[in-house]
Amino acid sequence: MFKITIDNILIEVEEGTTILQAARMIGGKVVPPAMCYYTGLKGSGGKCRSCLVKVAKGSAKDPRPMPKLVASCSTPVQDGMVVENTTSAEVQEARKGVVEFLLINHPLDCPVCDQAGECDLQDLSYGFGMEETNTREPRREYPVVDIGPLIKLHMNRCIHCYRCVLAAEQLTKKRAHGMLYRGDTMEISTFIQTAIDNDFSGNMIDVCPVGALTDKTFRFKSRVWFLNPMNAHRECSKCSGKVTAWMFGNEIYRITGRKDQFGEVEEFICNECRFEKKDINDWVIDGPRKIKRQSVISSNHYEELKKGSIIHPIEGTTEPQE
Amino acid sequence: MGRAILLDKVNIPGIRAFEVYRAHGGYKPVDKGLREMTAAQVQQEVIKSGLRGRGGAGFPTGLKWSFLDRKSDKPRYLVCNADESEPGTFKDRYLMEKLPHLLIEGLILSSYALGVKTCYIYIRGEFKYLVGILETAIREAKKNNYLGERILGTDFSLEIYVHPGAGAYICGEETALLESLEGKRGNPRIKPPFPAYKGVYDCPTVVNNVETLATVAPIISMGGETYAGIGTGKSTGTKLISACGNINKPGVYEIEMGLPTEDFIYSEEYCGGMKNDRMLKAVIPGGSSVPILPADLILNTAKGQPRLITYESLSEGEFESGSMLGSGGFIVFDEDACIVRNTWNLTRFYRHESCGQCSPCREGTGWMEKILYRIEHGQGRMSDIDLLVRIAKNIEGNTICPLGDAAAWPVASAIRHFRGEFEAHINVPCTMYNGQMKEERAL
Amino acid sequence: MEKGSKVNHHLFVRENKAVSFSDETLAKIRSLIRRYPEGRQKSALLPVLHIAQEELGGYLSVDTMDYVASLLGINPMEVYEVATFYSMFYLEKMGKYVLEVCHTGPCAICGGEEVLKHIKDYLHIETGETTPDGMFTLKEVECLGACGNGPVMQVNTEFYEHMTEKQVEKVIEELRQKQGEEGTSKGWAEQFS
Ligand SMILES: Cc1cc2nc3c(=O)[nH]c(=O)nc-3n(C[C@H](O)[C@H](O)[C@H](O)COP(=O)(O)O)c2cc1C
Ligand code: SF4
Ligand code: SF4
Ligand code: FES
Ligand code: FES
Repeated sequence: MFKITIDNILIEVEEGTTILQAARMIGGKVVPPAMCYYTGLKGSGGKCRSCLVKVAKGSAKDPRPMPKLVASCSTPVQDGMVVENTTSAEVQEARKGVVEFLLINHPLDCPVCDQAGECDLQDLSYGFGMEETNTREPRREYPVVDIGPLIKLHMNRCIHCYRCVLAAEQLTKKRAHGMLYRGDTMEISTFIQTAIDNDFSGNMIDVCPVGALTDKTFRFKSRVWFLNPMNAHRECSKCSGKVTAWMFGNEIYRITGRKDQFGEVEEFICNECRFEKKDINDWVIDGPRKIKRQSVISSNHYEELKKGSIIHPIEGTTEPQE
Repeated sequence: MGRAILLDKVNIPGIRAFEVYRAHGGYKPVDKGLREMTAAQVQQEVIKSGLRGRGGAGFPTGLKWSFLDRKSDKPRYLVCNADESEPGTFKDRYLMEKLPHLLIEGLILSSYALGVKTCYIYIRGEFKYLVGILETAIREAKKNNYLGERILGTDFSLEIYVHPGAGAYICGEETALLESLEGKRGNPRIKPPFPAYKGVYDCPTVVNNVETLATVAPIISMGGETYAGIGTGKSTGTKLISACGNINKPGVYEIEMGLPTEDFIYSEEYCGGMKNDRMLKAVIPGGSSVPILPADLILNTAKGQPRLITYESLSEGEFESGSMLGSGGFIVFDEDACIVRNTWNLTRFYRHESCGQCSPCREGTGWMEKILYRIEHGQGRMSDIDLLVRIAKNIEGNTICPLGDAAAWPVASAIRHFRGEFEAHINVPCTMYNGQMKEERAL
Repeated sequence: MEKGSKVNHHLFVRENKAVSFSDETLAKIRSLIRRYPEGRQKSALLPVLHIAQEELGGYLSVDTMDYVASLLGINPMEVYEVATFYSMFYLEKMGKYVLEVCHTGPCAICGGEEVLKHIKDYLHIETGETTPDGMFTLKEVECLGACGNGPVMQVNTEFYEHMTEKQVEKVIEELRQKQGEEGTSKGWAEQFS
């Protein structure tokens, strides 16, 4: 067991644990935001840089601080390590910078985005972003790519986290989409016109931190904060059949995996459960899902947020693609 | 030329051929190393020589070798970094074209020291013709029992393969290079684990620059201590400097570490002075990634000492008034050069070459490029200049690999030393070029 | 002020045309694959794509990439991801000669911009375009690692250095004359022993 201090809180964790996982064991404010790391996806993390923290002391053996901020999601703890997250001004500054980078090319079309209300980028912006935007440059616009009848791809909203690629690689037999090109023209695409279709493709929607991948069968049906998430299950030959049913009255609007407080699903579910079973008789409803409504919109910060800048499309931005 | 240790044979006609190379003392260091020395002794000589990496970071080579995981029962690999894509740097190309066997010698000795049986030369795809030259040299060496099974009758066996890249600066970064070698996109890996433990194919790997590895041959030949006696301080030996820009004699020069930059620029032996007798305006001394220095600071340090071509002297003054030796790409600008345009140009380079994995670099390089494009075309705002500084600061140190820093430093240093020029461009398009600003640029 | 920032990508079409290497090339590719450890045949992807581009039409069509994927036993998507990452791979049909002009700093300050402009005027094409006779495609590329000999241009991966406005005209005319003849430089497959 390793002892590690995060924001002055001491915790004992197993060897091999990452700083982020250790922080999540403590919970609350010391948990760095993670936009690309996803526990269930091997090889995820390290890319978005929103989880940067300062290592003020490397370990008991080698107490030197680490020269640069490190990605907490992909840095394993050392015995005696001292980490600063909320207590470091440098970290707060850097994170603000990362949020800004993630937003300069984001279309900011939350008013027409199905992800609004459960979007990690909204939360991140609200939690760490700046009051106003500093960019007057034109935003990047991708051509629209149709990836089939079940999933809607809005490439302009993508933050290039790689989660959907990893999900497709690890959950399906033959990945039909990928990260193409490079640099700031990097694109999630199928390269050739094709519908992404296999039993587990729908999980791409759940792992996508933003509204770049959304459920076409739920498109514009409702705002998520008007719906009641219920734990539900059914006998399923392909997956555990344990899902969250998002309901309005007795109607099921959509099915997702059961997400924990960090937005990660407990178990990946199959497409049949997700897309085809929208009748309440398909399911046994177990009761309300206790969702820690950490989302800015879910927790009624929406009005407050509206006054700020991140909800309004900024001068010069384009209309949401349709 | 001053002291020629690497390039001593460069002017011998036909030196690319094994027989000629051998006839002029080539492969003697390999004979010595493999027949008379143990692997540990070879490594010891490299440690003693004080040789530092010539690829850019200047990390002590012997020390790097000592990190290699020798406990693992997996095969070990040596990968030679011949990706040479840093603007202003063209020394490795020169060395491989003129003296391919020198590199092969270095690779044999280094592999012997490291206990490596397979070595890959990762060369940028644009150097296609060099692939043939190197493969020929390898074939010749193999025919003469310097490669293949049981080299020179010893227990040591080695294969060297040339592996071409395909146009991506980022593949010069060592972990991106390893990904690329595995046939993947050139995305740098997140470290740790370091290549010394998990490199190519998850096996212990050492990655070194062409020049670094080639230097191992003369080190074994003359002995580490003798080599360490050349140069000054912690910058031992000689260094290949590739000089380009507005000078009379661009080219690759081997210099003894410690040569004053002034001598390098103005003496007939090297750059031969400024072209058309123009005034020296600025120099980027170590490849496009290192901070640019104005004429006074490249010739003398802020303390008034002559600036020398060494790791220490070039970085004296840190980012305030210093730069770095980097890869030895010495880019000279005369009074006619526009610093703003050049900064925009280089930023466009980094934007184009960012792998795109991490947000600060992917988004930040593009953002800086767009702003610099506007400023260059007279559409800037005064506040853009500080914004650029802030963006550069937010990229620096917060990325997966050092390309982020490499993109940030040129911008930050150009503004630090030539702020007036940026201010003069605000609202006034660059006078040196009459490029039309495009309304819409496709990406 | 700049208005748009449109990403210039589009989807490609799988034509299902049969493509294949000659037996000789296949033998070479097999020997290339053997350079890498068992099970790591994907490592040969970049060299094989170079050979494919050169021998199968001057660019990488979807069919060509699918073929390469089958040779290496990998998912075609992995090939698309790689082909779109590296700038030496072309995804569209190119002219017979691809003029790749370096426009990075060191070349630019030595007259590279003028040379580039001159080629555009001389051939009446913009960057990215091909002359109507299908002979020349113009590309701007980043540093080619020959900055001391700038301005630098590559034509089908062959170096042309110290370019001036006169020089490029000469090179272009010489290439025109060569029409029909095979190039003299060695191809990718021949580079490897
Ligand atoms: C963006 C980037 C590009 C690089 N390009 C090269 C290169 O072209 N050639 C090279 O030898 N090293 C390059 N390096 C440095 C390598 O990562 C690595 O440090 C070097 O190959 C180690 O060899 P050395 O210790 O012999 O210098 C680059 C580094 C970065 C971050
Ligand atoms: S589409 Fe979503 S999951 Fe995929 S890379 Fe983009 S943001 Fe990440
Ligand atoms: S810093 Fe740039 S080049 Fe390096 S990993 Fe990040 S995005 Fe890629
Ligand atoms: S969550 Fe750690 S870098 Fe993205
Ligand atoms: S800048 Fe043109 S070859 Fe280096």
